[in-house]
Amino acid sequence: MEILKQIARTIEEGDAAAVPRLVGEALAAESSAKAVLDGGLIAGMNAVGEKFRVHEIFLPDVLLAAKAMYAGLDVLKPLLERAGVASRGRVVIGSVQGDLHDIGKNLVGIMLKGAGFEVIDLGSDVSAVGFVAAARSHEARVIGMSALLTTTMPVMKEVVDLLKKENLGGRIKTIIGGAPVSRDYAEEIGADAYGYDCAQAVERVKELAAAS
Amino acid sequence: MSLRSPLRLLSDELIGRIVAEARDILDKLGTRVQNPLVLDLLAGNGARVDLGKSQAWYPGELIDRCLAAAPRSFKLYDVLGDETHDFSGSKVHFTPGSAALHILDHDSQTIRKPGTADYVRYVQLLCGLGNIAAQSTAFIPADVANQVSDSYRLFLSLLYGEKPVVTGTFTIDSFRLMRDMQLTVRGGERELRDKPLAVFSCCPTSPLKWSDVTSQNVVDCAAAGIPVEFISMPLSGFMAPVTLVGSLVQHTAETLSGIVISQCARPGAPMLYGGSPAAFDVRYETTPMGAVETQMIDCAANEIGKHLGLPTQAYIALSDAKLLDAQAGLETAMGATLAALSGINSISGPGMLDFESCQSLEKLVLDNEICGMALRLARGIEPREDFPALPLFAELLREGHLLIADHTRRHLKAEHYFPGRVIDRANLSRWREDGCLTLGQRAHNEVDRLVAAWRPSRLGGERKKDLIALMEKEARRWGMDKLPARPVEA
Repeated sequence: MEILKQIARTIEEGDAAAVPRLVGEALAAESSAKAVLDGGLIAGMNAVGEKFRVHEIFLPDVLLAAKAMYAGLDVLKPLLERAGVASRGRVVIGSVQGDLHDIGKNLVGIMLKGAGFEVIDLGSDVSAVGFVAAARSHEARVIGMSALLTTTMPVMKEVVDLLKKENLGGRIKTIIGGAPVSRDYAEEIGADAYGYDCAQAVERVKELAAAS
Repeated sequence: MSLRSPLRLLSDELIGRIVAEARDILDKLGTRVQNPLVLDLLAGNGARVDLGKSQAWYPGELIDRCLAAAPRSFKLYDVLGDETHDFSGSKVHFTPGSAALHILDHDSQTIRKPGTADYVRYVQLLCGLGNIAAQSTAFIPADVANQVSDSYRLFLSLLYGEKPVVTGTFTIDSFRLMRDMQLTVRGGERELRDKPLAVFSCCPTSPLKWSDVTSQNVVDCAAAGIPVEFISMPLSGFMAPVTLVGSLVQHTAETLSGIVISQCARPGAPMLYGGSPAAFDVRYETTPMGAVETQMIDCAANEIGKHLGLPTQAYIALSDAKLLDAQAGLETAMGATLAALSGINSISGPGMLDFESCQSLEKLVLDNEICGMALRLARGIEPREDFPALPLFAELLREGHLLIADHTRRHLKAEHYFPGRVIDRANLSRWREDGCLTLGQRAHNEVDRLVAAWRPSRLGGERKKDLIALMEKEARRWGMDKLPARPVEA
């Protein structure tokens, strides 16, 4: 539908003022909340993610698009809940215990929300027990962990080990990121995925959520 | 407004002394001029000449009159007639190095003779390099007769590209055709004079000599309103004094004599005070363009040109390396940086390797980024809604970041230069996952991408046909039944 394409385009333009009005128009034209979410908001953010990946647009453009997407989501949320439409899945994120750096983790959170995930941000200095408990209580599909210090990286392994110990390894997937970690390290500790930047992290989480 | 001052290597007093010594040399020693018509022209304007010895001497009042007549600035326009260059003040424009005999073949990593297909690919690439404002007739296709190699390069540049062209000719004969090609693009003599499309390099021969061909080119260009760049090439310690000041005296004398020839031919003829001086390496018997002394002479010559009130040019952003290696990058970047800080109006050299003998398309891609960074540097630092600082910092503390602040959105792209994919700014993991590409591989990928993105020039089809007819006629004159096949439609 043209109105959904227009919503997607407006999100790409980062026009947070226009999106709620367009969402209202789409609903008035008898689009379902789910259709507006998928065909408008998420489609727009997917296009933004791809343009960011190939450097056609930059991080501020992505964040503005996300802001516009949230403005539309605020209109849709009550309708989605009423209709029992689930989000794409819940993701628990945080910077690991001992690490107070959170810029990268925050960016991942913003972009995950933009991709339609429900994000539970535990902040920084999060223990292994804290990650697992939150994931269990929120019924999250994925735990995303960030570290900027080599000294805090071992907490990531603690989370992976704890999930295994509690037999949650198959149901709750893990993804790690941050300057000192790598795909090799992810494999070494048994994490399910690694994202070298925000855009890739979102792609990996999509894959994990689909598989879990 | 930027507070950046141009780079200065010479004091005003030293500039004055260099110019005075150069004028004294022109008055007392003069220059050889191996063209009787040019000697007549000079004699008619007050120079002392000896036709038998092909020698001219330039009195001070003649030099003063010609300097007063020389334009302080001029502009260039692309094939569509849109302004692309403003040679005034400290405005900086980059141009690829010109007239190389070879190209560096990426696939074989060998230096070889180029052909028509290489030249077309070069023009296609250059269309996509945003920091290099002009084309040059960068290298000499070896698949046409030598007699047409000058005009053929200009022909391909005008047929496939839109940017104005820095070019030149090694024969008197080629000039007329090269002028006619420009007239074909512009539509008439007045139109070409009003909107110059090309700059011709005119090179005196060191020491203190104007050849038959070059001096005639200067006169012909002046008559047609085609701008020239004087390319004096003193070689320090060989065909010029070993001292940098001594080389500058020679460069000044040779360039002033060119200005006199040009302004005698037509007062007000547009020109660039340029050059390609070089240190002479007495170990290898070579003329290193990446030598710091070469670059110092270039920058100092620019100061002298600016002191005389003239727009300037220099061959400076290039390298003597044989491959696209670290030496190629460091020499080019150092030259481009110094040139941009000096405010040299037309900076020649990008793409060039091996002492101005070898062009590389991959190096052009890298150099385009060097030029972009140098242009950013030349713009300097200036306040943009930075004062009072308090509100912005309050926003930073309130929001936790300024990524989507209005201030960021307004100024991001003006304050920060974002290089293309040849410059690696990915984190280690991303670089690995993208294939651990070397600079050469990234540059080559960019060449392929930009050539694929090329679209035909918007020059009218009839004018393209006229250009082709002109070139075919000239080729037939030199025994070529037909021109080499061109790889894509223009």
